[in-house]
Amino acid sequence: MRMRAFYEAVEEAARELYLRALKDIPADVRAALQRGLDAEKRDGNASAEQVMFTILENVRTADAQDTLVCQDTGLPVFKAVIGEDLMINGGELKRRLRRGCERATKEYPLRSNTVHPVTRKHTGTNTGDGIPVVKIEFREGSSALYLCAAPKGSGSENMSFLKMLNPSEGLQGVKRYVLECVLESGAKPCPPVIVGVGLGGTSDVAMALAKEASCFRKIGTRNADPVIAELEAWLLDRINRTGLGPQGLGGATTALAVHVEWAHTHISHNPVAVNMQCWRGERAEAVINGAGEVRFL
Amino acid sequence: MAHHVLYTPLTEEAVRGLQLEDTVTIQGTIFGIRDATQIRIFDQGIAPPADLTGGVCLHTAPGVRKLAEGRYEKLSIGTTTSTRMDRFVPGLLEQYGVRAVVGKGGLLAGSVAAMQRFGGVYLAIVGGAAALATMQIEEIEQVWWEDLMPECLWKFRVKDFGPLIVAIDAHGNNLYQQVKDRAAAKLEDLLA
Repeated sequence: MRMRAFYEAVEEAARELYLRALKDIPADVRAALQRGLDAEKRDGNASAEQVMFTILENVRTADAQDTLVCQDTGLPVFKAVIGEDLMINGGELKRRLRRGCERATKEYPLRSNTVHPVTRKHTGTNTGDGIPVVKIEFREGSSALYLCAAPKGSGSENMSFLKMLNPSEGLQGVKRYVLECVLESGAKPCPPVIVGVGLGGTSDVAMALAKEASCFRKIGTRNADPVIAELEAWLLDRINRTGLGPQGLGGATTALAVHVEWAHTHISHNPVAVNMQCWRGERAEAVINGAGEVRFL
Repeated sequence: MAHHVLYTPLTEEAVRGLQLEDTVTIQGTIFGIRDATQIRIFDQGIAPPADLTGGVCLHTAPGVRKLAEGRYEKLSIGTTTSTRMDRFVPGLLEQYGVRAVVGKGGLLAGSVAAMQRFGGVYLAIVGGAAALATMQIEEIEQVWWEDLMPECLWKFRVKDFGPLIVAIDAHGNNLYQQVKDRAAAKLEDLLA
């Protein structure tokens, strides 16, 4: 019966992580926003400075009032990394994550956004078929469960792109496509954004990698592969030189970061996926051990 | 870049006096509208049950707590992407006399032309900054069409709502388009 405490802790943590992600902006994102404000001040761009100031003022207001940063409570998305030495029931894990979202929605109460794609009928719970999205990975040598909640708002998620380029278009084709996606997105994903890029795999894998890059990577981290890390730096420099700026009203800070994740692919494939994350970069993490002890990170 | 304090309902003269990148603070009341609200007004042809003349319309679907029949407490009120609702803007101005749309992401050419013709402006609020906007909304005064929750027609009483940035003026200028055109012109150089 030891596991009962574990699953109850998962449900409680899921509820808490959903709320924390919506209220408390991660430290790496706060630091990047402050660098954005400093850059606009240096450039003497009054509108851009006003926007960056308002964003940081909003983050402070949410802290002081213990309230939501943005009204878009998103679609709940979780990453669960299961330690390979932790024997758990994956079905029960998913049910508890779902229950945690439903409780957060009812108890806070959060605006529910989840509707049927054709009838547009609301479920009212922020859960439904396939929602929450749960991404499951495994970690060797661990006996704990790592959870990260990254509820995804619609403004940024609507700016998602996939193109199966020709291999002959190469890296230059990838660079062009990512810049075109940023221009196409313009003001809509609430810049300054975190640009997530997925390269390789099959089409669905490329999209999932782009989401990993936009929502789960911390700002300041670089891809372990030096070729990919160089691409990240190149893209960030060029995206910020477009001048789109905060909220697309002009300025030096269009992106806070560019993260690229990759997988091997077919000789005939050159998939590029792009997923935007808005400036709030919402993310909240916890680790739960087998005894059900929760540590929020 | 001047700052203006505007009191609702807005006059055509006040709106035509605004220039691109001016900042605006609103005092009075503003309306909250979203996709479903405007689908009802324009696609289903049902006139809004409130007088929108001289009105300021915020693109929003607020997070609220129900207190009693028709009464709601604000929890989180912010804005959403306006371009999704672009096609309704000319109608709001021409048929219902709306003077300002508040949102994020901007509007397209047809709405820019309508703003020039009928005397309207688009005021950019910082998307995602709902914690601040919620503080500037004093109270939810009225709500109509609760069956569309949360995409009802809302009336909010506001104090010092802003600062908002004039991003589309009543003279045919669109800041978003100007910024985008400049970025597009740089693309080939950036890739070189």
